[in-house]
Formats: sequence, structure tokens, C-alpha cells
Amino acid sequence: MTAATDMTLAEARDRLAAKDISAAELASAHIQAVEAARPLNAFITETPERALEMAQASDARIAKGEAGLLEGIPLAIKDLFCTRDVMTTAGSHILDGFHPTYESTVSANLWDAGAVLLGKTNLDEFAMGSSNMTSYYGGVENPWKREGDNRKLVPGGSSGGSATAVAAHLALGATGTDTGGSIRQPASFTGIVGMKPTYGRCSRWGIVAFASSLDQAGPMTRSVRDAAILLRAMAGHDPKDSTSVDRPVPDYEAALTGDVRGLKVGVPKEYRIDGMSPEIEALWQTGIAWLKESGAEIVEVSLPHTRYALPAYYIVAPAETSSNLARYDGVRYGLREDGDASLTEMYEATRGAGFGAEVKRRVLIGTYVLSAGYYDAYYNKARQVRTLIARDFQEAFENVDVLLTPTAPSPAFAMGEKMDDPIAMYLNDVFTVPASMAGLPGISVPAGLSGEGLPLGLQLVGRPFDEETVIRAAGVLEAAAGFDARPTFVTGS
Amino acid sequence: MSLLQGTTGEWEMVIGLEVHAQVISNSKLFSGASTTFGAAPNSQVSIVDAAMPGMLPVLNRECVAQAIRTGLGLKAKINLVSVFERKNYFYPDLPQGYQISQYQHPIVGEGSILLDLDNGETREVGIERLHLEQDAGKSLHDQHPRKTFVDLNRSGVALMEIVSKPDMRSAEEVGAYLRKLRSILRYLGTCDGNMDEGSMRCDVNLSLRRPGGPLGTRTETKNVNSIRFVQQAIEAEARRQMEILEDGGSIEQETRLFDSRRGETRSMRSKEEAHDYRYFPDPDLLPLELEPAWVEDLKAALPELPDDKKARFMADFGLSAYDAGVLVAERANADFYEEVAKGRDAKLAANWVITNFFGALNASGKGLEEAPVTAAQLGGLLDLLADDTISGRIAKDVFEEMWESGKDAAVIVEEKGLKQITDTGAIEAAIAKVIADNPGQVEQYTSGANPKVIGWFVGQVMKATQGKANPGMVNQLLKKHLGG
Repeated sequence: MTAATDMTLAEARDRLAAKDISAAELASAHIQAVEAARPLNAFITETPERALEMAQASDARIAKGEAGLLEGIPLAIKDLFCTRDVMTTAGSHILDGFHPTYESTVSANLWDAGAVLLGKTNLDEFAMGSSNMTSYYGGVENPWKREGDNRKLVPGGSSGGSATAVAAHLALGATGTDTGGSIRQPASFTGIVGMKPTYGRCSRWGIVAFASSLDQAGPMTRSVRDAAILLRAMAGHDPKDSTSVDRPVPDYEAALTGDVRGLKVGVPKEYRIDGMSPEIEALWQTGIAWLKESGAEIVEVSLPHTRYALPAYYIVAPAETSSNLARYDGVRYGLREDGDASLTEMYEATRGAGFGAEVKRRVLIGTYVLSAGYYDAYYNKARQVRTLIARDFQEAFENVDVLLTPTAPSPAFAMGEKMDDPIAMYLNDVFTVPASMAGLPGISVPAGLSGEGLPLGLQLVGRPFDEETVIRAAGVLEAAAGFDARPTFVTGS
Repeated sequence: MSLLQGTTGEWEMVIGLEVHAQVISNSKLFSGASTTFGAAPNSQVSIVDAAMPGMLPVLNRECVAQAIRTGLGLKAKINLVSVFERKNYFYPDLPQGYQISQYQHPIVGEGSILLDLDNGETREVGIERLHLEQDAGKSLHDQHPRKTFVDLNRSGVALMEIVSKPDMRSAEEVGAYLRKLRSILRYLGTCDGNMDEGSMRCDVNLSLRRPGGPLGTRTETKNVNSIRFVQQAIEAEARRQMEILEDGGSIEQETRLFDSRRGETRSMRSKEEAHDYRYFPDPDLLPLELEPAWVEDLKAALPELPDDKKARFMADFGLSAYDAGVLVAERANADFYEEVAKGRDAKLAANWVITNFFGALNASGKGLEEAPVTAAQLGGLLDLLADDTISGRIAKDVFEEMWESGKDAAVIVEEKGLKQITDTGAIEAAIAKVIADNPGQVEQYTSGANPKVIGWFVGQVMKATQGKANPGMVNQLLKKHLGG
């Protein structure tokens, strides 16, 4: 029988339902795994006592036949989701000691479905980064290593702690948030499935805001089926979030028919970027071939404004950041430095000490692009570009049902690499940002290994609120890839 | 038009106002917290108002309805699509670090307001726009020697910023504008207009120019909290600008504060120090789209507004513009008047309500709701006048007695035996006695030497009847008995 931490979420659900294993046993196994994996630094806060309490409550409900969709499933929650009475840091020093009195809607949905909280996972500070290296609580180690190379690698970011927790079998699933690729890129780097649903599908209420018009929560799991199960529990309309959309949440798992015959898969030619690594190109071609062999029709499409997506993103997102992060001023909660100084000095000292370099960089960029005299040249132009990008996708989806692209331009890199070159770091998101700018659902599915033995993902992007088609195609891709490589940390070799 | 007389010639004031009117609503613009005035500090603060991490605004529909009603009351264009933007600046009483406001696309566009001037004339002032925004909290600097305390009760309460066009030319017009605006807001029930509680606050934009000449540079005087202070601030600021201009200086575009104790304005921040608010559309809120049918429903349900009521009072009751204007200024006053006038002589009712009733009310310093005489009671008094039960002179005494005791007019007239004497015999008896006692005056009248002495006879007869004789009958009977 598979060890408790080696099951997929779906297997665990079925065995819990069959009373093959108890929620308490499942929780204990994962609590031990979390403890044993502390060197990876995947968690900022571990909540073992709460996990056991919740698991016992789950067992009681299972015994009474009142099990929810995720009854007894131990999950890791990105530390950007506010959790009642559990410290919430957003990976930043400025939220020192912050214990919310409220629970984010998405996490509340998960607890209502019976899930169990293992702890809060590490992330890039305020979700700004693609390496998890900007966290005040330190970088997270990727459970994978290059063949014959013992250097520690990053798990990607910003949902790096969640990615590592799932990849290293510390949790059956995790929540992430994705603003420009923060679920999909780390999923690709750690060989797991990560899905960003359509903007508005999951409530943003109670999630520490980074860039409000882009932020979206999503599942990170070890299979497409698990992602479908987790998304169903996370999603839904929330009257407290005016941008969440009031439409029914389908049974995403039911979309996994394994059948993509006649499905039109678009391959955007603009994603074949200059200097693209041959192994990424090769993997993409392989993915195309798999879907074609499964009966899908491959269509080349054009998304002409793709190359403007990343620069426009790095105007829109920092602009919103500069405003969203104004509330961290030392007045009401979190860090306050230099309490006896003048107001301005207190602001400067608090924000100077509380924010890391990357957050400061984005606040400065955002303030600049919104300032008088630069607004039209930057912010307004970027918004126009965003409209054009969305239109590109809309036109493409008149002819195809789903798009297939690589998730990231490279496999995981070593901790410390690219740290002195923000542009190189930003390029990690080149394939994920366009769908974010258009608010579209996207998923990363592990599809193969790099020459150095590191996982690589392929991305599928769908129409707004057509997560079902994305999941269906992802299921076929997953089956064709037969990705069964396991990280060094798990195999122990 | 009132011009300022300087040493180098005349100057014309050009004034525009920005009024912040607190919306009457049970809860705040973007949160469910209560808006009651005067609660204990920080007792009406939701986690949204305190800008806790991850909190999101949800627009309060009733506040939107109030803004639409106000726009309709100002005969303004209602914009079916408007956008909430963030106005970014740091201050401890602004928890989000930005105020959610409307900037490029306000909910209400151009409209107008009709001023009722003291001479009975009216004058139109344009409304530029009305937009919805959040109020900030309150910083308390006097609670601790070194610290500032913050009360967030007001944080997030809905405000309507109502911007006029620069159409006003004097402090008097500004006073008339504010009174009329307050009147409209109170009729609509969208703002209580209480400037002393801060629920209506005013910023004054003022510049000077030679009459009919090009516009001068303006200053903005912030947050003046009574109509009287607004007028004082205007006088002071106009004088200051005139002195600078007459000395050949130039006005600096800046924000100023009015010091009501010193009666002068002083600089708060210059144009160079002005904030760059970095407005941008709030990504937490979708553009506000209004259903035209909803706007129509709100329009259909509007109460009769002061201008319409005034026109009706003039047309239906034959009142003068001045009297009608006085009566409609407050909706409660107009309602009171209408109740008194119903089925009675409307002009007589207007005279009694304005002169006697409001006179007594002002003298007592009471509000209408505390008045000891109700509209029905005042009507009862007018009925006694109308059917000649009492004379006009007696009626004034009865009214005073009513104000003192709260009793009905009929009761007082009965108790005190004030019924008018209309019995010809009783009046003739009094006349006969006065004629018999005063042969000299009779001679003056009958000889034609002094026909005006008839008035003296009337007075004597009234005196003899304790004022109760019907004056018309006294006049008529006197003439008959004196001959001529």
C-alpha cells in the first residue's frame, strides 16, 4: 500500500471515504513530513496542533457520513491568505506578528469542505518574485537537484513554498496565488500541476493584495485530477469581492474525460522567442505531438502583441502595488519603527525596514508610472496594451479551444542566480504573463525532464471560465507525458 | 453685482465652491459599518475601514441612490457609467493610504441651482459635477503632548463632492448658494446639511479680475465650517488678493486655511508642495453601471423641491416671491404653512405664519418641532378671524396667549370673553355714550373742520368695548350716528 504521503489527493480522498485510513493518520504522516523537511524552508508557520484537531473533527464527520469534498485532506496554504488567529506574513517583515481576526474566503471554503491546515507556506515577499528568494523568511529549496550537482535550486515563485510542499510530499495539495505566473512557473520548476483559474473565479477577499486586477488564487497539486478537485472547493462567487463572478462552479473532475478528439489546440507562433532553449522547444513539439496523436487538431495562431505583455505587466502590476502597499504604514498593525520620531520619519523608518529590495523597487516603479507627467506614457499606454493582448486571445479563441505553450523559458535555477539582474528574473514569466493580463485560465502540467534531469512544464490556456476544457486537455497531456520522475528529496538519492 | 472698490479701480470676485456633503445612509460607502454621528471613538470601524490586509470594498447601493437623487435635484445629468478611482496619499487617518473617489468619470455631470437673492430675484449658478467618495477618519492632536490619536469612525463614510462652476460674484451669493444647496439636500433627505457637525463642509475657490476682464489666479480656502465663516473667509481673502494686486504683485496658486478667530486666511501649501495624487481606476471595483429604469424610478419618487414648491405657492396661493421663498426654504416650514393654509385665506395664512409664528419661533430660539402652537391650532385662530368671532387685534393677543399656554384659540376666546361684539344694539349704546360725553369732537366732525376725528371716535368705542367691538361695524355705525 502506498505510504500516506505518497498518495494523490484523489487517492487519499477515496481511502478516507473507504475508512482505509483515518484523517488523523493522514495528518500525522504529513505533520512528520513537514517537520522532516524543515531544511527546505517551505513553511513559515507550521500548525500541527490545529491540523490534528481538524483531522479529528474530519474523522468524526466521516463517521457520521457527513464528509465534505475535501474531508480530512491535509493542505498547505500560501502565507498570502489570511488565516484566523494564525500568523500571516506575506513573506514580509512589515507584517511582523500579524494575526488576522478573519479567514480568507478561499481558505474558509476549504475548511468548510473538510480540509486540514498543515501550515502557511513561504513565498516571495508580497508574492513579488519568481524564485522565492525575496522572502523575509529566506529562500525555499527546490526538492529537485540537477543530476550530479548538489547545488540548491529555487522552486520558482512566488508560490515557492507551496510548490516545494507539494513536490516534496509534505502536503496533498496547496493553495497558490498567481499574478503573472506565480502558480504556473513554480509548478513547472518543481514538477507538479499548478492552475491559475479565470480572474474572478476565486474570491480575492482575505488574500493580501499584490496587483488587484491580476491576482488570482489557484490549486497546486501532484495531478490534474487533484487540481480539479481542489479548484472546485476553492472557487465560487463572493459578495465581499466585487470582482468575483457569480456563476456556478462546475464539477471540474467530471471534465476529465480523457477525450480530446476534435479539440482545436492553438500554438501561438509568437511564443517561439529569440534564444529559446532547444530543450524547451523540443518539449513543446512533443506536447503538440501528444495532443495530435490523441485526436486533437493543431492550429497555428498569432497573438501579435505578446512581446509587449511583459513590459506592460511590469507597469500595471507595480502601479497597483504602489497603492495596495500604502496601507503598511506602521500605524495600525505589523511593524512600526522609530515610534517617537515625526510622522514622516516613522513612515520612512517603518517602510524602509519593513520592505525588501524587490518590493521597494516595484513600489518605486509603480509610483513613478502613475505620477503626473508620466501617467499617459506609461500607465495608460500599458492599459491600452493590455486591452490589445486580451483582444489577441479573444480572436485566437474564435478558432481554437485551448492554447499550448511552454510554461517557463528554463528549468529551475540555482539559489542566488539572477538575483542581481531583475530583468532576467522577470523573463521567467514571459509565457505566463500574457494569460494573466487577459485574465484567462492557465495550467502547467509536468511534461518532461531537462537534460540535467529537472522537471519542465507545458502550459494550457483556455477561454474565460472554460476551466473544464483546460482541465480536460491537461488530463490528456498528463497521461501522454506519463511524468513519473520524483524529486531527489523524495527518492532520497 | 457687487464690486470691490480698490485704489486703482474696481475688482470683481470670481468664486466657485466645492461642497463635501455627507450622505445620509445607515452604513458606509464601501463597508457595513454604521455611520451614526457622535459614537465612541473607533467603535464604528469594520476591518474594511481599518484597511486590514486583503480587505475589499463593496459599493453601498443606497449611497449611489442618494447621489443620483441629489443629481436629479440639481437638475444634473446622471452618468450611467462612472468609475471609482484611488487618490493616493499618506496620512494616519487614511488607513488605505488612498481615498476611493471619482475623478475622470463622476456619477453626476452638469446641472444648475437657482439662488434666491435678498431682493426677491433669482440667479442661476452652474453645477460642474457631483461625485461620490470616502471620508477620512479624524486625527486628534490634543489628546497627548507628543502623540496624535486617530478616530476611524468617519473613515469610509460616503461623501458627495458637489462642485459649482465659478459663477458666483459675492459673499452674499455664496451664502445664498449654500442655503439653497442645503435646502435641496434636506428636501431630498440625502444630507442633513449640518455644517457644525461637519456633515457639510466647504472649500472656496476665489480669484479677482477687472470687471469683465480675463480670469485671475485663484486660491483654494479649505474646510470652512459655517455659512457665516465662508462669507468672512471670502471677504478676507478678496481683500488680501486685492491688496497684493493693487501693489502690483501676483497671486500664488495655493491652498489656504481660514482662521476664524483672526478673520484671515493663511497659506497651507503652495502649488509646488501640492500632492501628486496619482489617481488611477480602483481595480477592486468594476465601473459603476446604472440601470436607466432605476434612475427613472428614483426620479419619479423625488419629493417636490423648493423651486417647484415656490412656483406653486406663487401660482396657487398668490404669494409674493419673497414670502414664497421664505416659506419653502425648509421643507418642514412649507409643510406647516400648507397645513395652515389648507381651506383658508392663503395670503392671510402666509402673513400669520411668517410674521407671527416664525417671529415667535425665532424670538424663542426654538425649532419648528418644539413650537407650542401646532399648524392646526394656528388654523383654528385664523378660522375665528375669518368668521368674525374675533378681530385682528384680539387675534394677536390670543396668539400670544396660545404660545404661552398651548391652548386652542377658541378656548382662550371663550375663557376670556374675547368674542367680538357684533350686536348692533350694544355697539350703538357705546357710541351714544361716547357722542354724549364728547360734544367738542362731535362739533369738529359735523362742522367738517376735522373729518379725521372719526378715527378718534373709533378708538374710543373700541376702548369702551375692551377692543371686542367689530371695527367695521363701529365705523359704519359711527358715521350713521354722527351724520354726514
